[in-house]
Amino acid sequence: MSTDTAAPALTAGAGAPAPRPPAVGRAFRALLWRDVFVTGRELVPFLLQVVLQPVFLLFVFGKVLVELGFATAQYSLVLLPGVIALTAFLTALQNTAFPLVIDFSFTKEIEDRLLAPLPTWLVAVEKVVFSLLRALVAAAVMFPISWWVLGALPVQRADLPVIGAFLVLGSLVGAVMGMTLGTSVRPNRINVVFAVVLTPLLFTGSTQFPWQSLDSLRWFQVVCALNPLTYVSEALRGQMAPEVPHLPLWLCALALTGFLLVFGTTSLVGFRRRALD
Amino acid sequence: MAVVDAGGEGGAAVEVSDLVKRYPGRPANAVDGISFTVHRGEVFGLLGPNGAGKTTTLGVLTTRVLPTSGTVTVAGVDVAADPVTARSRLSVVPQRSNLDRALTARQNLVFHAAYHGVGRAERNRRADALLEQLGLSGRGGDKVDDYSGGMAQRLLIARALMHAPQVVFLDEPSTGLDPQARLFVWDRVRELRAGGVTVVLTTHDMDEAATLSDRVGIMDSGRLLALDTPAALTRALPGSATLDIDVERADGDTDEAVLAALAPLAERVEQVTDAAGLRARLYLSGDAAALVGPVSEALGARRARLTGVRIGEPSLEDVFLSLTGRELR
Repeated sequence: MSTDTAAPALTAGAGAPAPRPPAVGRAFRALLWRDVFVTGRELVPFLLQVVLQPVFLLFVFGKVLVELGFATAQYSLVLLPGVIALTAFLTALQNTAFPLVIDFSFTKEIEDRLLAPLPTWLVAVEKVVFSLLRALVAAAVMFPISWWVLGALPVQRADLPVIGAFLVLGSLVGAVMGMTLGTSVRPNRINVVFAVVLTPLLFTGSTQFPWQSLDSLRWFQVVCALNPLTYVSEALRGQMAPEVPHLPLWLCALALTGFLLVFGTTSLVGFRRRALD
Repeated sequence: MAVVDAGGEGGAAVEVSDLVKRYPGRPANAVDGISFTVHRGEVFGLLGPNGAGKTTTLGVLTTRVLPTSGTVTVAGVDVAADPVTARSRLSVVPQRSNLDRALTARQNLVFHAAYHGVGRAERNRRADALLEQLGLSGRGGDKVDDYSGGMAQRLLIARALMHAPQVVFLDEPSTGLDPQARLFVWDRVRELRAGGVTVVLTTHDMDEAATLSDRVGIMDSGRLLALDTPAALTRALPGSATLDIDVERADGDTDEAVLAALAPLAERVEQVTDAAGLRARLYLSGDAAALVGPVSEALGARRARLTGVRIGEPSLEDVFLSLTGRELR
């Protein structure tokens, strides 16, 4: 590594005027490709990480309890759409929350992206889009697994567009909630905050029960109505188990759009606050 | 005090005017109205104690900190008005490694170039060339976690050059490096300059500032206290250059008379008592070497002989301490 031989190439092309305005679209695609590339290499660990919990939930509550006679076969119909909704929603939420806390507070790996030639808010949008992709993969994997665990899959081809649309909407809401959390939590509080937020989200999302049947437990019904996951679960239940009481699709869509606007705004504000001093 | 130095032959690579940065809830401005110009192809050092505002200034220049007031242009682009274009023309070598640990060393370079829109063939070519130039060929496939501090620093420099920036910012480039790695980094900085790239670095290392920089700005408490070449800064420091002389005086003359004859030439003359013969130290401002002739003449007039000369130049450290004081912070 002598200096003499190093001289010509080190600055080859450097210092030249930029030939054209920066290509924002290319930068965005390159950021997304980096994330997909890294996930693709670790696909199996990723899938284990995101589907193990829902699979056990489904197995114990939808299969074991039914076999033992503590739950009816109809309960697995209630549970399945909820578990798929949960998988997408929480995968998206965790994928923006944890990595952002670590990136902004410890590794600073995000700095190279923040110095890429694209507006800061697009770096945040890329994270949301990537979380959406991961969430959709995780949800998609749940379908064959559910069929394997429960022995049946009550999904018609005609249901898929609506199911897909609500999984997209639900994952987006999960991703922007995760980003809001990830950019507002102090790093030394991360463990506490995630325990305090994740567990209630898991159990108030109408995943394990139809929301309308909570009439007799009014206060809990109100709490569940505040959890965006409820509307994903209910919408999927409406498609996959229409005979179970469920909220109308338009109401679920309206609620999720509202949550998306609110948390979309807070996530972008939070991201900008962490990205720029 | 604002120090303005506009123009220059190569034009301005960085122009800072009346830059102020105040963080919300803080009593004082982190950067308090500084102005300076960095010429194209220059190595510019921002020197200052911890908390002087160097890193904040660098943050504004690299679009990561929003200025409270004032304007900053880098490579002709206003960083606050058009940060996206500015980012395509500058690059940053951070103080602490922020390499992508999910990627190999080479992938770190290639993806960085991809973010900046460099085509596939070109980014692969540049990655291989830069890995070789920075002594990392053969280690491109390693995870960056396996890299030592010095190797990580070299990879950070390679990454910064992947998109052919016009201005490279280095934040404390040799902090925590061993002497070999430090010299290696210094050589690369000189190469960049030779290649026409403008380099702005922050440091609190006097040696680094004095050896590497064409010009040095000394910052403290958010203000720019002085700005000039290292040589001019040290020359301007009053009474800190010294000229030690050994004299063989004529028979019948006295030490006191010789010293008295030399007194008009310097700001102060002292006899150095531990020497066997007559040894005197002359304190002066400006160039000590230029005084050798007049001293020799003055001694010749008294039929004394100059037998030894030693020049003591003030260092940048003397300048720094005289401007920023000695108290700990």
